[in-house]
Amino acid sequence: MSDESGMEVEAVRYLIRHDTRYQYDQPVGESRQLVRLTPRELPRQRCLAHQLFIDPEPQRGEDFRDGFGNAVRSLHFEREHEMLFVRAESLVEVVAPQAFEIDHSPAWEEVRDGLSYRAGRPLDAARLEATEFLFESRHVRVKNDFADYARADFRTDTPLLVAVDGLMRRIRLEFTYDPEATEISTPVTEVLATRRGVCQDFAHLMLSCLRSLGLAARYVSGYILTHPPAGRPRLIGADATHAWVSVFCPGYGWVDYDPTNAQMPTTEHVTLAWGRDFSDVSPLRGVILGGGEHEPEIAVTMVPEAERALLHPENPSDIVFTPS
Amino acid sequence: MPAGLLSDYPFRASRYDEMFAARGEPRPHWQGFADRLESLSLESLLQREEFVRDAIEADGVSYNVYSDPQGNRRPWELDMLPLIIDDGEWSLLSAAVAQRARLLNAILADLYGPQHLLTEGLLPPALVFGQPGFRWPARGICPPGNVWLFAFGVDLARAPDGRWWVIADRTQGPSGSGYALQNRLIVSNAFPVAFRELRVNRLAGYFRAMQESFARLAPTDGETPLTVLLTPGPYNETYFEHAFLARYLGFPLVEGQDLTVRDNTVFLKTLRGLRRVHAILRRLDDDFCDPLELRADSALGIAGLLGAVRAGRVLIANAIGSGVLESGALFGFLPAICERLLGEPLAMPSVASWWCGEKPALDYVLGHLDELVIKPAFPGMRMNAAFGHLLHGEERDKMIARILAQPHAYVAQEWVRVAQAPVWRDNKLLPRSVGIRVFSCSTGDGGYTVMPGALGRVAPRTGMEVISMQRGGLSKDTWIRVENPIFTSMLKRRLGVVDLVSDGADIPSRVGENLFWLGRYSERVEIGARLLRAAMTRVAGDDDAQQGLISAIARMNMFKDRPGARDAPPPRVETSLERKLIGALVDPTRVNSVATNLRALAVAAGQVRERMSSDNWHALHALGQLLADPIDSIDHALSAIDHIMQSCIAFSGFALDDMTRDEGWRFLILGRRIERLEGLAGLVMTPVEAAASERDQMLEWLLEAGDSIVTYRARYRRVPELLPTLHLLVFDRTNPHAIRFQVDVLRDYLERAAHELGHPYPSRIVDPLAQRLEKFDLAGFESDEPEAALADLRDLLNEAIVAAQELSDEVHRRYFTHTVGPMLLRRLA
Repeated sequence: MSDESGMEVEAVRYLIRHDTRYQYDQPVGESRQLVRLTPRELPRQRCLAHQLFIDPEPQRGEDFRDGFGNAVRSLHFEREHEMLFVRAESLVEVVAPQAFEIDHSPAWEEVRDGLSYRAGRPLDAARLEATEFLFESRHVRVKNDFADYARADFRTDTPLLVAVDGLMRRIRLEFTYDPEATEISTPVTEVLATRRGVCQDFAHLMLSCLRSLGLAARYVSGYILTHPPAGRPRLIGADATHAWVSVFCPGYGWVDYDPTNAQMPTTEHVTLAWGRDFSDVSPLRGVILGGGEHEPEIAVTMVPEAERALLHPENPSDIVFTPS
Repeated sequence: MPAGLLSDYPFRASRYDEMFAARGEPRPHWQGFADRLESLSLESLLQREEFVRDAIEADGVSYNVYSDPQGNRRPWELDMLPLIIDDGEWSLLSAAVAQRARLLNAILADLYGPQHLLTEGLLPPALVFGQPGFRWPARGICPPGNVWLFAFGVDLARAPDGRWWVIADRTQGPSGSGYALQNRLIVSNAFPVAFRELRVNRLAGYFRAMQESFARLAPTDGETPLTVLLTPGPYNETYFEHAFLARYLGFPLVEGQDLTVRDNTVFLKTLRGLRRVHAILRRLDDDFCDPLELRADSALGIAGLLGAVRAGRVLIANAIGSGVLESGALFGFLPAICERLLGEPLAMPSVASWWCGEKPALDYVLGHLDELVIKPAFPGMRMNAAFGHLLHGEERDKMIARILAQPHAYVAQEWVRVAQAPVWRDNKLLPRSVGIRVFSCSTGDGGYTVMPGALGRVAPRTGMEVISMQRGGLSKDTWIRVENPIFTSMLKRRLGVVDLVSDGADIPSRVGENLFWLGRYSERVEIGARLLRAAMTRVAGDDDAQQGLISAIARMNMFKDRPGARDAPPPRVETSLERKLIGALVDPTRVNSVATNLRALAVAAGQVRERMSSDNWHALHALGQLLADPIDSIDHALSAIDHIMQSCIAFSGFALDDMTRDEGWRFLILGRRIERLEGLAGLVMTPVEAAASERDQMLEWLLEAGDSIVTYRARYRRVPELLPTLHLLVFDRTNPHAIRFQVDVLRDYLERAAHELGHPYPSRIVDPLAQRLEKFDLAGFESDEPEAALADLRDLLNEAIVAAQELSDEVHRRYFTHTVGPMLLRRLA
């Protein structure tokens, strides 16, 4: 892979498997699902191969793009079934971002003012897209409390990316990762109050801070490479989907920040989809007729391409689906 | 006329008055109506007032108010005096409304398409992306004919200088055109002479044009278009109107669960199977329309609907996402947008508005609060308009703080002293603030047609500024005169033989289900009421039969508390038998009291309101009112029961005589017969199980409760005896109140339904019961010790009860369906 200047840059490849299984208590007569499990094509991310395996076979399947440009597969099942299994496998190539000086980014107030409306001032395409991510959404609030929390990093004339970097690090320091503390419906105001949560909560929190300051920031869903403890083998299905944020900065485009890990994603994050918050990018969302209570089992495995035999021992050279 | 009617009217020069140019001086276009008023006596005016009130009551016109303590219905309020608008002025108004509809349609097409308005800085992104009304999944969709705004409603008010201003745009599912039509039907009959002489423009043409636009725009693939009216259901505030319009336009009234999407095509679930739907006139907020892509917790929508829209297989009026324009914050931007999109100046100004999201506007608002009305910038924000001059002290500081915290969520509008018009109140004319809602509809070829009339909206009190139906407003019919009647010939295809409908093939499964329960509950009310009447007439005497009666009532669960009844009083001690019986009549917290069943009956009836004639509805409506007043004595209770019985008889008479014999009707009768089968079997069970010494005493009330005492007396002219009583109530094929009769009728109906609707006939359930009845040996009851025959009969009755319950389940499974809420997905790690 080469960058714009034609220089060879290092590319890393991953094989990702994302399994979802629903076991229903009662037969499901009819089901519709929207699947967002196709990695996006980005300047520094390419999806080299991608396949969805679905069991039972849907009566209808269609592909379209949602309002944010994410690929969606829409499925319709009309025959009775008691189980639904969806496996997405993707071979993705990621290139590290070019090094850039965050100190040289524009002052955050300048970015904010550039995004605010002034009658008759045209918006270029990049700014127009940025304005989609300026406001409140289902899980992201615009409130003084969030702006106040962010203020310590957003001092007068601070370069935007310096301030965002500081905010991300502070969230990592001041918030505790605690899967027991929250659930999907926990409001972000409560996360701010209790200082606990998971990646999704931290992403929503950071988005609330940035949008409360008048900045454009979006929710990114994807995968992160995990490293097994020293001396232990990598386990299948031990990974999880991940979430982080992306901030709009003129001259720099969209810059990613992972508040859960206090790092700027380089070559260990793979982007699946983005939106205003989690509700725009659910990997699987559906409506079923019948079925009763159910919780899906989810298993995600992300391995460097060199270790692909872990997922495909019988055919280590190609993506082959192994329905289970 | 009452002396000084016109001259006593408190005319105020500071306001524009619709009727008067000066004190006692009607405007020229009102002169004819004023003359008419002057020619009428007070008595005649009062008669008309009563006529209007009665007409509303009789038609059940209502506006549901969520917070109304009197239940969820409030009669629609209509002033008998029309609002008359000069026809010259009207032609300017209607042209301006049509232009505004074209403009708003073009804005919607831009916002969900290329978004030039945003890139060119003509509209702030906050008013699009920043507001909850923008539906992201609708981006990139192109509706049939590029018509986003199929129907449009706009609220207008008149300033003191006589100019009209736009106060609010209704772009999602404008309500009111049906109420306007209903108002017209009533007021034109209250003043028939004036209506005729003034040559008032008719409204029917507008609705015909709407039907034709549906036919023109809907993607039909050559099929006869089927348009449905999608309602959120009877608890919606304007449900009456949904039902009324559906009937008037000839569109099936459906709820989300009546529709399904298969292969990106929308279908109506009917008693016969699936029928393709080509167009949907929706009164369901767009966020609720598709739980798959919009609000996941919506149980009112149709999963996959947006897929069908995206595939261009269905017309939705108005398009999903059109609610984004219901914001007063847009007003200030419209003049420039109109020039840009239509290349012409905006014909009618909006009320002067300042969207606080712009700094200069915010500063102006904070500096001129007293002259402004503060409103939410986005539809769906729970906030009432606040008049700046009424805000003081802490309240004012709070409002300012709210605005400063989220300026883009607020808009301030000039406080317009809107025009006034007289209403008829307390035998005189009183001034009230008035506005109008004008309706417009796409013609399908890029233009819009405007309804030549309007919904007149009147403030609830004199001196009050806010005009809102939700907050107790009054309405008026609006008359526009035809100076030169123009008979436009509409290019309308006449109905042909192939279009004839005689069997109601579109009956939604849900309607069948509600009719079924309507039948069951009306029968259950009757049986319960007759049983209570039998008990109450015996309460004074020391009748030996009383004990059996009480157990029969207890067997029907008429005394038992409903488990977990929300409104249940603390456990009570029944002070007397009287109180206990009255409780079984009036207490809605009992499992099966008459009141409980009347409520259930009203709910089922409300669901199928549109299928009943006004008279039929009236009979049912009267039934619901009967237990509204407190009942404190047996005499009082007996008189209430008499009324209930009369209403029940009226209702069943209507059901037999008045309703179309379509498939839906058949389910009403099925429900009635199944209920009567189960109820009769339960009734007869009490004496059958009683001790021999008590049995004969029970036969008389049994015949009364079974509604067969008259037949018995006519046939036998003697005190009831066991054999003839059981024959009459169980085995007689000619008595409509005998078990045998129910079984015969049920077999007949089920066979026909199975044949016509293409489902197997459930012979397993009914046939064995019929054979049992046929073979039963009645001679066993002739003996002095009929115990063996009675044991046999008890088994038969139990079988009848089980058969009734199984049949009910079977009918549900076969012909009706159920939806289960959508599933939500787990969060990430």
